[in-house]
Amino acid sequence: MLLEELSNLNGVSGREDEVRSFIYQRVLELADEVRFDALGSLIAVKRPNAPGPVVMLSAHMDEVGLMVTGIDKSGMLRFSPVGSIDQRVLVSKPVVVGKDRIRGVIGSKPIHLQKRDEQKKPIDIESLFIDIGAGSKEDAEKAVKPGDVAAFDTKAGLFGQGCFKGKALDDRVGCAVLLRLLEMDFDFPLYFAFTVQEEIGARGARTAAYHIKPSVALVFEGTSAGDVPDAKEHKISTRLRKGPAITFMDRSVVVNRALFKRLREVAESEGIQYQLRQMTTGGTDAGPISLSHTGVPTGVISVPCRYIHSPVSVLDLQDFEETVRLAAAVLQSIAEKGVPTE
Amino acid sequence: MKDLIKKLTAVSAPSGFEDEIREVIKKEIEGYCDEIKVDALGNLIAIRHGGGAKIQLAAHMDEIGMIATDIDEKGFIRFSNVGGVSPHRLYGHRVRFTNGVVGTIGSEKIEDIKKLSLDKLFIDIGAKNREEAREKVSIGDCATYLHGFDDLGKRVVAKSMDDRVGCAVLIEAMRRTKECKNEVYCTFTVQEEVGLRGAATSAFGIDPDVGIAIDVTLTGDTPEAERMAVALGKGAAIKVKDQSLIAHPRVKQFLVDLAEKNGVQYQLEVLTAGGTDSGAIHKTRSGVPSGVISIPCRYVHCPSEMVDLDDVEEAVKLVSLVMSTDVSKALS
Repeated sequence: MLLEELSNLNGVSGREDEVRSFIYQRVLELADEVRFDALGSLIAVKRPNAPGPVVMLSAHMDEVGLMVTGIDKSGMLRFSPVGSIDQRVLVSKPVVVGKDRIRGVIGSKPIHLQKRDEQKKPIDIESLFIDIGAGSKEDAEKAVKPGDVAAFDTKAGLFGQGCFKGKALDDRVGCAVLLRLLEMDFDFPLYFAFTVQEEIGARGARTAAYHIKPSVALVFEGTSAGDVPDAKEHKISTRLRKGPAITFMDRSVVVNRALFKRLREVAESEGIQYQLRQMTTGGTDAGPISLSHTGVPTGVISVPCRYIHSPVSVLDLQDFEETVRLAAAVLQSIAEKGVPTE
Repeated sequence: MKDLIKKLTAVSAPSGFEDEIREVIKKEIEGYCDEIKVDALGNLIAIRHGGGAKIQLAAHMDEIGMIATDIDEKGFIRFSNVGGVSPHRLYGHRVRFTNGVVGTIGSEKIEDIKKLSLDKLFIDIGAKNREEAREKVSIGDCATYLHGFDDLGKRVVAKSMDDRVGCAVLIEAMRRTKECKNEVYCTFTVQEEVGLRGAATSAFGIDPDVGIAIDVTLTGDTPEAERMAVALGKGAAIKVKDQSLIAHPRVKQFLVDLAEKNGVQYQLEVLTAGGTDSGAIHKTRSGVPSGVISIPCRYVHCPSEMVDLDDVEEAVKLVSLVMSTDVSKALS
């Protein structure tokens, strides 16, 4: 299963190689052209010479993770977060470190040794370490070097009623949407950007958009779902099983009004259940894409995912399928009616 | 000038929703420029030919506001901020959506006013339930303060002086300048309040030799105000520095010399909080020497912002002088 394969790959920001190689193999057959930019984004192109507007679709390959900053004398690894991770979820999680996937566990002081007031507070990231089972500093140094990254060791899979769990669904689910769209055909130049380093400041999207110079862009994301117990109604950004979430504004972009309107109209005319992302926090690749060159109308469509930026997140497969369907219908509308202007 | 400021501040145009104000400004400048363009983000770019250096003058059309994020079963609208809106300035005020729907800001029960936050506030548009509210307002719709214009004599007060007064200065300077000695790109930008976004894309397109933003600045002339050497009624302010840029020394000096030589009253401005369009313009492509002409304004980002018409007049003179002076010669 595509989503499962993508989720199991490791691609902490700046080290997206595994994901890029996998996608490259997939797109070779489907795209007319495949390019890589200097930062490492993969850009697959279909019909580069067709008439019509240049359309950019974007999803980021990278995920949040950890970077090894040092090895202490007992062979334990010190680390810093890469991207924003909820520190409280780190304790006792299995991870894999570096290209060779060295297995490790995030350790901390055991409960028996903690002082009473320590037990009341979440454990500070500074006091956590990765235990790779090394006998000594020298042994650890043979396997791992400072600068190596660690990703959560999570096995993806189906569960519950049509649900899927795995790590890095933000934004492997977006990559999966793009790969599905690559199988379809549209008669305008279509650029699929699989970007790097979104989680540390939407860096890959900036250079990819500069290269592509699109007339309009759509970003596909796995966004946070807030439908958990005790959440206040008006603070729930998106919900599982309510379809793709359309963004009107986030920290990085106020979505072009005409494009926002078109996305809703297409969903309505196709009978696709959708929701609005009822939150303006969080930034995406849409920010830098919308500001490249003389400006690009840029929209964001997301698959709701619970517990993102943690070792395991959850999505609904029907939401994913409907996101693909909405995206395809939007592209079809661009083929028929052009880029929305009002 | 009063009428123009009144007309411009009457429009609701939060960041990303600048369609109406763009049309209003377009009408005001027709006949005073050689060419008008609108770019992909919605910036209005009016070009005056005059040969020589390419000068970008920029005043932003947008204002801060609130965006609807949720409508509950009783018809109350929850919202998020668009730009620098603080809950204390909103509490109890009336607001207007860009489609004209009016509401008032209410709040949940607050034990400690210091703990007031945006997510405890809501907009009440007088709807009985969710269905009625949805007929008037959709999630993603945007509102601004609803406050009228008042003429206090030499001084005037209204919402969105930031930066409609800058737009008014630029419009008036275009009207008064008979002969342009530069290629002047009068840019009415979008989305300044959410991160100088329109300035970034317009500057990329224009590729100017010099950039000058026209925007409001804070003052230090009110009781127990934070110390700042800018006051209402002491002339246009020439920016030295804010959080978004250090004015290019030669551009700053050019503006100072121009003011001195022509008897324009000015004050120098160092702003320790906030930024403006020149912050984005000066970092465009391989860099653009940039400065700012500011209009001192009290109570910035409050529902009532106050400016002095003498300062506005001095700013118009200075902007007009920039247009009619050969900048390439002055800066070489």
